[in-house]
Amino acid sequence: MQLMGRQSWLFDRRPVILATGTVVGPFEGQGPLAADFDHVHDELSIGQDSWEKAERALFEEAAQLAAKKAGIAMDQVRFLVGGDLMNQIISSTFAARTLAVPFIGVFGACSTSMLSLATAAMLVDAGGAPYAMAVTCSHNATAEKQFRYPTEYGSQKPPTAQFTVTGAGAALLGRSGSGPVITAATIGKIVDFGVKDPFNMGAAMAPAAVDTILAHMNDLNRSPDDYDLIVTGDLSKVGHRLALELFAREGFPIDKTVYSDCGMMIYDYEKQNVQAGASGCACSAVVTYGHLLNRMKKGELKRILVVATGALLSTISYQQGESIPCIAHAVAIESGVN
Amino acid sequence: MDLVRAFLVGGAICLVGQLLMDVFKMTAPYAMTALVVSGAVLDGLGWYDPLIDFAGAGATVPITSFGNALFHGALQELERYGWIGIITGMFEVTSAGISAAIIFSFLAALVFRPKG
Amino acid sequence: MAQNRKKPPGKKPPGRGVSLSPEEYRTLAKQAEPKRNAFANAVRAFLVGGLICVIGQLVQTVYIEWFGFEKKEAGNPTVATMILLSVLLTGFGVYDKIAQWAGAGTAVPVTGFANSMASAAIEHRSEGFVLGVGGKMFKVAGPVIVFGTVAAFLVAIVYMMFHPELIKGGK
Repeated sequence: MQLMGRQSWLFDRRPVILATGTVVGPFEGQGPLAADFDHVHDELSIGQDSWEKAERALFEEAAQLAAKKAGIAMDQVRFLVGGDLMNQIISSTFAARTLAVPFIGVFGACSTSMLSLATAAMLVDAGGAPYAMAVTCSHNATAEKQFRYPTEYGSQKPPTAQFTVTGAGAALLGRSGSGPVITAATIGKIVDFGVKDPFNMGAAMAPAAVDTILAHMNDLNRSPDDYDLIVTGDLSKVGHRLALELFAREGFPIDKTVYSDCGMMIYDYEKQNVQAGASGCACSAVVTYGHLLNRMKKGELKRILVVATGALLSTISYQQGESIPCIAHAVAIESGVN
Repeated sequence: MDLVRAFLVGGAICLVGQLLMDVFKMTAPYAMTALVVSGAVLDGLGWYDPLIDFAGAGATVPITSFGNALFHGALQELERYGWIGIITGMFEVTSAGISAAIIFSFLAALVFRPKG
Repeated sequence: MAQNRKKPPGKKPPGRGVSLSPEEYRTLAKQAEPKRNAFANAVRAFLVGGLICVIGQLVQTVYIEWFGFEKKEAGNPTVATMILLSVLLTGFGVYDKIAQWAGAGTAVPVTGFANSMASAAIEHRSEGFVLGVGGKMFKVAGPVIVFGTVAAFLVAIVYMMFHPELIKGGK
């Protein structure tokens, strides 16, 4: 691998995504991408007796599915890179206990999918592991319970609010094989434009997404038309619109490619009451590993840039009147044989 | 007639709450706190009791009546026992509400599971 | 593999980061915020809030007519009944669905207070009855109780200063 520019890596060994595992909850199963997920659960409790146990069950299931689909045993996976929204990332740590794989815990809030994927790709490309897995998860009830209100509390969400995806996405990377390959990654830096409203994460995160995309293009000397699709993680309606506005002001020709957002793809705005759209670590993970890679396998997409976005606040930082620092990590994925 | 007045006054107080949330961008806990404080202040001015006489449940059901009841209890004991009554009297009138909320919530936790 | 193409000459390339200042961005973000339909929300809050108060009035009348409570005393069982109804609706998972539509219409009546306590109790049962149910029950309702009490206290102090004859008591 090579360091490119200020904050990007070029993976000349091109680690392969051997297989992915995507599992979601019932609400996501009612959305337009349901057929792209490996397993849709019919109960939000995932058969567990607490929301927290449900979230880690999703993580475990996604990881096990990815290994099974690749035809390798879990103990051949040398390192598991994972994280989630819970305090102390307990969903990932408790699941990693079950999976019994050496564990690198990362916290990127909703940017964890690409943060973990970039880290795992770096491990494989640099020769640090023949197989590494990147996994993340989120659950609507655990997120509401930790960050907002008890799930049965009658609050009225404003139109800028987003709905946390219940699900988990896992990607198993290897040195060679057939499958989409990871060619580059850009690690974001924390960007804070002073937005304080935790019910408007899209606005808080948009500058971070734009910052990372600009950095990526600068570092690798690329431009938007090098990609068939640039997709952000969960800016949703409000953040997506702001990102377009920011691109325009920077003179960045985003219109040379398709620019979309996972948070706007996973739910049906007409039938599902999700205000601005989806959020949560699993949002970008399941949409990328399920839907986008399926499209790539069908030949509809050849080269995509997935930019997962995260809001790095806690309930305490918010209550103390702090603004919301955000981050975005980008991974370039291409169809191809290695 | 009672019902119409209850509807109008109760609805109006809720409307004020909604404006606090939408126009002043308060989240629900902040808006409810503002309303309960208003209830105490209005009763201190002597304006809440007439409202209750006029609108019945329209004034006793909204959370403002909680502030009103707290002040009322303090006032009752103040009149009877002097300054110490402010402390001793406050929860006298509201006891039913708070006790009911605690007990029923506890029982609910025994019986119900969160549905998400 | 993606070509590392040069940018067309004569065109100023975009810089490394967002060049807008945070203040300019926040102004932009405010404009981009979808407007809340304050009018529709207000109408719904009015209707549902009014309806809940009507139900309260009916319950109170039942207590007066059928159970023989005096008008002054009927308030207590009425409030307790409304709280019970709210707790049941919360437990059945229905209250939050109504609340998304009704907003302050369900939050402002005492039913909202009961819902805030019941929902917290039900949610935190997974942390046990002492620390979960007991410790977290007032998570959302706490500010209302604290500020109601403090406000009543301060109003009473001010009242007492305007009526100094009450300080001794004995009325």
